[in-house]
Amino acid sequence: MPQTQTELTGPVFGHNVIEPLDADLICNYATPGESAHGSRILVHGTLQDETGRLLPGKLIEMWQANAGGRYRHVRDGYLAPIDDNFGGCGRCLTDDNGRYSFRTILPGPYPWPNGGNDWRPAHIHFSVFGEGFAQRLITQMYFEGDPHIASCPIVQSIPDKKAIERLVARLDMDNTVPMDIRAYRFDIVLRGRHATVFENKLEGL
Amino acid sequence: MTTLKESPSQTAGPYVHIGCTPHQAGLARRQTGATLGTNMVTGNPRGQQITLDITVLDGTDQPVGDAMVEIWQAGPDGEFNSTEGFSNWGRQAADFNTGLVRFLTLKPGAVSGQAPHVLVWIAARGINLALTTRIYFPDEDNRIDPTTALAGERAHTLIAEATDAGYSHTVRLQGKNETVFFDV
Repeated sequence: MPQTQTELTGPVFGHNVIEPLDADLICNYATPGESAHGSRILVHGTLQDETGRLLPGKLIEMWQANAGGRYRHVRDGYLAPIDDNFGGCGRCLTDDNGRYSFRTILPGPYPWPNGGNDWRPAHIHFSVFGEGFAQRLITQMYFEGDPHIASCPIVQSIPDKKAIERLVARLDMDNTVPMDIRAYRFDIVLRGRHATVFENKLEGL
Repeated sequence: MTTLKESPSQTAGPYVHIGCTPHQAGLARRQTGATLGTNMVTGNPRGQQITLDITVLDGTDQPVGDAMVEIWQAGPDGEFNSTEGFSNWGRQAADFNTGLVRFLTLKPGAVSGQAPHVLVWIAARGINLALTTRIYFPDEDNRIDPTTALAGERAHTLIAEATDAGYSHTVRLQGKNETVFFDV
């Protein structure tokens, strides 16, 4: 359908919705002085639209399992234990240059009931707002080199291998802080105006 | 001009609440902020306050208990982001037991050239790409609207029912009376 003012506009979020530790999942659920279990990582990148325009001031929310692959959720009963110091929930706004970053721990892979022996690759869920509601995106970020990516039915619901590559974060040694935290780079691109072809099947897994 | 390819969408999964409605996931967040989008009426705005109930049904007419629904709508003046004491954006996850999604909002005014409507955006486990649809109101002249015209004989799937407190609407993901979804 042709986009109208309804699809071309969207909510505007200010810094008042961001608390100081929202972009630090290592500490934002931890008892003061403690931190979450797991391998420390910094995830960062740009938010752009398909014309290459950088998008400042946009809300990005993220959620994930802990280092053992367990979600802190009333409905997750996986064997791996809850980490008392990890909630798995964060948010940030892109800066004036359309860049975002947050600190977290490497999430663990976990099994899921799909009829066989299926394990999700390690991943972080992203919810992203653009300029207009037509650009609203929910997706998942994976990690370079994860052997579960190739066999995951949810990842493979994306028919185009190149499109899958766009969801895989790369180890970024240039931004890795020595003796502290490894960096992963993940750039996000939102649909431009009047995009008409979905790259994904509407329904599936 | 640079042309980049979009990041593909992936399902929100069953644990969407951790990131988007953390109070519902059971996270008593120690250090972080409040859940966003739950309160649309934040002051004493002009306009008619309504309860908008949305139920998302799957192909077997069962409520989708892990659906997360966002709405985006004009204010009573037909404009966006202009009504004091009102957020044009709302977010609610389905009640785990009943599947009901309830918004307390204002009835929107007509956006230029269109009948009053609410954009509805639905994410859930089992849906790779969030679904976009609209809600129109039974007490408005919807025949003038280009989008309901586009929906043709299925336009009835976009029109809410009146209730004592406002309106209720059923979104059907599949089946004979499947709701019209839009490729925006």
